[in-house]
Amino acid sequence: MQQRFMVLWFYELIPNWWVHKHPELKQVPFVLSASVRGRIIVTAANDKAQAQGITKGMVVADCRAILPSLQVFDDIDEQAEKLLGALATWSLRYTPIAAIDLPDGLILDISGCAHLWGSEENYLNDIVQKLNGYGYRVRAAIADTIGAAWAVSRYARTVSIIPSGQQKEILSGLPPAALRLDADIVDRLKKLGLYTIHRFIDMPRSSLRRRFGAVLLSRLDQALGLEIESIQPIQPAQPYQERLPSCEPICTAPGIEIALQRLLEALCNRLAREEKGLRHAVFKGYRVDGVLQQIAIGTGKASRNVAHLFKLFELKIADIEPDLGIELFVLEAPVVEELSAAQEALWMVAGNHDEVVIAELLDKIAGKIGAAAIHRFLPAEHYWPEWSFVASSSLQEKPQTEWRTDQPRPVHLLPIPEPINVTVPIPDYPPMLFHYKGILHKVVKADGPERIEREWWIDAGDHRDYYCVEDENGGRYWLFRLGHYASGEPKWFLHGFFA
Amino acid sequence: MDQDAAKPDIIQRLQKEVFSLQGFKAPCGNHRLQTGLGVIEKAFPYEQFPSGAVHELLSFAPEHAAATNGFLAALAGKFLKPGGYCFWIGTRRTIFPPALKLFGIDPERIVFIDVAKEKEALWTFEEALKCESLALVVGEWSELSFTQSRRLQLAVEQSQVTGFIHRYAPKTQNNTACVARWKISSLPSHMPDEMPGVGFPRWHVTLDKVRNGRPGSWDLEWSDDRFNLLTTQPHTTTQIIPIRKTG
Repeated sequence: MQQRFMVLWFYELIPNWWVHKHPELKQVPFVLSASVRGRIIVTAANDKAQAQGITKGMVVADCRAILPSLQVFDDIDEQAEKLLGALATWSLRYTPIAAIDLPDGLILDISGCAHLWGSEENYLNDIVQKLNGYGYRVRAAIADTIGAAWAVSRYARTVSIIPSGQQKEILSGLPPAALRLDADIVDRLKKLGLYTIHRFIDMPRSSLRRRFGAVLLSRLDQALGLEIESIQPIQPAQPYQERLPSCEPICTAPGIEIALQRLLEALCNRLAREEKGLRHAVFKGYRVDGVLQQIAIGTGKASRNVAHLFKLFELKIADIEPDLGIELFVLEAPVVEELSAAQEALWMVAGNHDEVVIAELLDKIAGKIGAAAIHRFLPAEHYWPEWSFVASSSLQEKPQTEWRTDQPRPVHLLPIPEPINVTVPIPDYPPMLFHYKGILHKVVKADGPERIEREWWIDAGDHRDYYCVEDENGGRYWLFRLGHYASGEPKWFLHGFFA
Repeated sequence: MDQDAAKPDIIQRLQKEVFSLQGFKAPCGNHRLQTGLGVIEKAFPYEQFPSGAVHELLSFAPEHAAATNGFLAALAGKFLKPGGYCFWIGTRRTIFPPALKLFGIDPERIVFIDVAKEKEALWTFEEALKCESLALVVGEWSELSFTQSRRLQLAVEQSQVTGFIHRYAPKTQNNTACVARWKISSLPSHMPDEMPGVGFPRWHVTLDKVRNGRPGSWDLEWSDDRFNLLTTQPHTTTQIIPIRKTG
């Protein structure tokens, strides 16, 4: 497909923004200034000031002499970049690939987008009208190459859409500066009387290179489409993405659901063709007022089941605030994994259908409560009780080792051992009495000690001597003593309850 | 005379109809669940442990909570014997997974869902009960209103999944639509021949309420991977602390 690019030139970007923010400045000449090498220089002037002969680069004191009523404001650092970033994000509703062209332009790759608006003319008019509505004065051009569109937007007053393949005709009549050249090359061309591009476009390439360097040739080729020029999109295109622009802004839940259903069907069809399944998906709605609304889901294992994914999103649709309406829906799948049809069929047939259903239920729970809430534990080869099990992330993972059953272990384990006061007859004996939460427990039976050493390569500290004790009411507890008697009075803790 | 002979039959038939109206399915012989509870099963309708229903277990002290979870784990082991997964939903999990193996469950078959609020726990529990692929759902939180329990009952009537709710220290022992209310407390263990040390877990199991059954209470011991009903009260408490050296 023939690539088409659109270049937008905001020729009064910063002043337009100031007027947008402070409407009272609309009829007043004003300039923005910054200090350069000890002098205060005009960095931008609005149209009223320009009409009085004030231009960018003049010293503010001179301007004040020309126009005493001139208002001067401090320029904000990197304002243009921020503004263009916001405008590029806004323009994502027209094309997925938008790039910033500093200091005052945007480059949009509109290949295959314009037909949604009927024609390139409608497309261009729509963008220009919307931007004018926001108060930005803009000139736009569409061409096969970025170079040609750039040249036309800046230097051609009469045309704005260059039909495919006619870059050369249009460029011929434009000055050399339209080729995005450095000032010194432009000066040299002027000195030699080459005031328009058609005067040197057919000159032998070797002599052009010798006199003006490779840059001129490269720029010429880029404008003519002989050399490919790449742009840096503000949002890298997602390989798995579906878009659905709507004719009228959508502001109802059923409308959003229909959009979601259609996008999911399109995306899942594509995933099925490529034998893939998604693990993470984001559903975005671009609102009329420029705010982005989005909801995201994750799945426990790769899935391309429309009904299941829809259910996961359904729980979150209420979070979308359509406000005045959403004009573009985008569904992205940033994380995609292999999922062959055979695998899917295998699960259904081999009696593991249950596992699929449970995985889908877990996805639903993760969507509502959070994936951090779900735990499944596998044995770990550690004696230390807190480390004797490890969380597993998937439902399929099998234990690598056996669960140990040779020692008694309490059915309840306190996350943090609680200190207790004990009475012990002699060292290495279980306590006779212990106080826990203000209640005195008299120990009737006991087992122990079972010494568990701390794994020094993980953690430093004393070992624990565990006792399993039973009080006179039949309550069974897991107590431990931290460290040796030799090093002062050891501390006792209650760590768990036996069934 | 014929009428008199037919009377028990009629009563039995009517009873069955009442059961089915209450959401009780008649047992089908092949799928009889082997809980191993022995004589306790006689307390239930059809003399069979009511699966496909929601049971409620109450406990009021940490020791008894542990005993309740031990009993629950032992029972869950029977449910998970043929395979399948169990969801364990709670607001404050203290279960020590490796210990579950001692009660005959593979701990990796249990998916723990730790939620922050009881409301979330209830939602998760209901969603899990609706999932026919689960073998068992266990919930651990305190408060359960009658309306909430009725919702759960409606969910299980569709899916025939068994649910257990362990309510630790509830504010009130209110009425619920649960099929049975259990209270389990720990009993002193017993070692044969005055041997020192702590013996197998023993519980005093009380069936406070059971729909269409007879409440009762029993003493159980968990040993050799099965429930053993105790007929005689164990004798305990000697003044000297018997200690068995194990480590």
